[in-house]
Amino acid sequence: MGTPFVMLVDDEVAFVETMVKRLSKRNLNIISAYNGTEALVALEKNQNIDVVLLDVKMPGMDGIETLGEIKKEHPLIEVIMLTAHATVESAIEGMKKGAYDYLMKPCDIDQLITKVEEAADKKQKHEEKIREARVREALSEHGLG
Amino acid sequence: MTDNKENDKKYLSLFIKSRSLSVLLTSITPLILVSVIILYQFYSSYSEKVNDHLETLVVKHKHIIDSFLEEKLGNIRFLAENFSLEELSDDSFLRNQLTLLQQDYDSVFVDLGVINSKGIQVAYAGPFKLGEANYSEYEWYKKAIVNQYFISDVFLGLRGLPHFIVAVKETQNDDQWIIRATIDFMAFNDLVENIRIGETGFAFILNKKGEFQTSPLYNPDPMQSPYYDFLKSESLSDTPMMEKTGSFWGGNIYVSTFLKQGEWLLVYQQKASDAFSDLLGALKITFVIILLGSLATLIMAFIRFKNMTINVEKAEIEKQMMNEQIIETGKLASVGELAAGIAHEINNPVAIMVEEAGWIEDLLDDSDTSSLENMDEFRRALNQIRTQGHRCKEITQKLLSFARRTDSRIQEVQLNELIEEIVAISAQRAKFSNVSLNVDLKDLPPVKVSMTEIQQVILNLVNNSLDAMEKKGGTLNISSKVVNGEIVIEVTDNGLGIPKANLSRIFDPFFTTKRVGKGTGLGLSICYGIIKNLGGEITVKSAVDMGTSFYVKIPYKKDKGKNSEEKAILDN
Repeated sequence: MGTPFVMLVDDEVAFVETMVKRLSKRNLNIISAYNGTEALVALEKNQNIDVVLLDVKMPGMDGIETLGEIKKEHPLIEVIMLTAHATVESAIEGMKKGAYDYLMKPCDIDQLITKVEEAADKKQKHEEKIREARVREALSEHGLG
Repeated sequence: MTDNKENDKKYLSLFIKSRSLSVLLTSITPLILVSVIILYQFYSSYSEKVNDHLETLVVKHKHIIDSFLEEKLGNIRFLAENFSLEELSDDSFLRNQLTLLQQDYDSVFVDLGVINSKGIQVAYAGPFKLGEANYSEYEWYKKAIVNQYFISDVFLGLRGLPHFIVAVKETQNDDQWIIRATIDFMAFNDLVENIRIGETGFAFILNKKGEFQTSPLYNPDPMQSPYYDFLKSESLSDTPMMEKTGSFWGGNIYVSTFLKQGEWLLVYQQKASDAFSDLLGALKITFVIILLGSLATLIMAFIRFKNMTINVEKAEIEKQMMNEQIIETGKLASVGELAAGIAHEINNPVAIMVEEAGWIEDLLDDSDTSSLENMDEFRRALNQIRTQGHRCKEITQKLLSFARRTDSRIQEVQLNELIEEIVAISAQRAKFSNVSLNVDLKDLPPVKVSMTEIQQVILNLVNNSLDAMEKKGGTLNISSKVVNGEIVIEVTDNGLGIPKANLSRIFDPFFTTKRVGKGTGLGLSICYGIIKNLGGEITVKSAVDMGTSFYVKIPYKKDKGKNSEEKAILDN
């Protein structure tokens, strides 16, 4: 398992900057975006992103909306919702739309990394399964199964 | 505020007055109307009766007086026709006749006299020494000599006493003579004076010139109306003349008729108020009844409206109290809204602070720190920043649940199960605090509430109780039962108790007696908000060093299915 490729999306610039520094230091490959639209553009550019850390409350396109778009375009990418306003309603909403988990700010950095790794792991497993399925499909196609 | 109250009071007193008056008017008006109609009817029939009565009286007395006069005249005529002038000229004979007459008619006849054609009295019997008086110049003589009979007006005459004369002229041998009798004025007067009705009714007789023929009770002026009119009318009709003067109550009633062939006028007069005294009495009674009735009505109306306004005022006060409660609840709700905002606004910067501190820690980890003297202090400070950041998070989380943005989905909850769960969770802590847990749960109907909310409430109360017994230990009783359609959950401890001064504030947000950092002061106000939201009630009883009891009352609605079943049974 390689280093997870993470994107942090939050409108709080200071938070994003510090988090990027801290997470990079912990061997995470991380890029950042400051709003939903930016995040979607970045995802197009970087197809190998594993996990998105997404703030729920942002100006413009909010977290839940962005989550929906991400899941639509990149169903395999895992999203962890971050919020300063942890409410069960929005958590449920996020889960329904396919978020991997939920963290409330301020969150423990180690806890965050654990969650990210789990999410990346899940994604890689998913991808592996898909790959295996494809291989099996290809093999059967060629009469090798 | 006070202005309003004064205005209200003014309005209320105005209301009382106007309502009382309208009640009075509506109840008294028909009373007055009926009374007036009845009184009017009574008046017309009664006055008719009074008039008839007076007319009858006057006519009767006219007859009495007329027949009296005729009788006396008849007596004298009898003397004149049956005895000769010679016989009558004899004084002793005359005296005998007088005595006979006086025997028959008491002392009506005062004296008898025989007068010759020259007007000289030739014979006399009576108490006065009139002897051979000469009457030729007297009015009555002049009239008597030309008429067959004559009854004079009352006059003083020679004797100086009021009297009148009954004279009969007789012709004997072409010589005219007159026998006359004097009628005692008093006897005649009695006839008229006896006509007395009521207190003011009296009668008198006037002659054509308006001179009194009898003595009236008091002295009316015969030249005044209506006597004068009566005299002028010269009506010989049998129906008496009637006249009313002055105002109804202050005036007089006059009834009058001519007698003695129109020579005399009999007048009866009475004050109207006396004649109609019965009517006046009825009127007085009616007036008193109406007065008392309206007074009673007014008092009753006043009392009723006074009571009504007292009730209105009471209701007003209750409404105000309720308003205050609503404001209180609203305050809590707005505090909740505020809390939600604060939670959001604070967590972001706190998160940044915590992350920055974490970044410093990260950097310190990488650097050569042996040269830094206060490395431990740096670490401690950074750690503290993280700890306090998480404390902030906890506070905001509690604030958020205060705003009830937590799972508030309404579902059917068995409260007893919930209580048992919480007891299980708290058992460990209770053991450490040396607290024994007693649970007494009665069968409860399921209620439709938010599970997490109720959980929060009960957990909060249990935790508070455990806190109160942390040092000394004790007993925690949790019970549930149904009372009057409400589920009552009681959480009682025998811990420290709450001082009286704090009792009224325990449900206020941010009120806490715990050490700084230990409690947020939101627990009970969250509970309060949740239970109020359910339409329930949370109350507390506490005594210092004796313990505290919290009562949570939650109303439950009967199952709709059950209701329809009951309905079906009823319908069948």
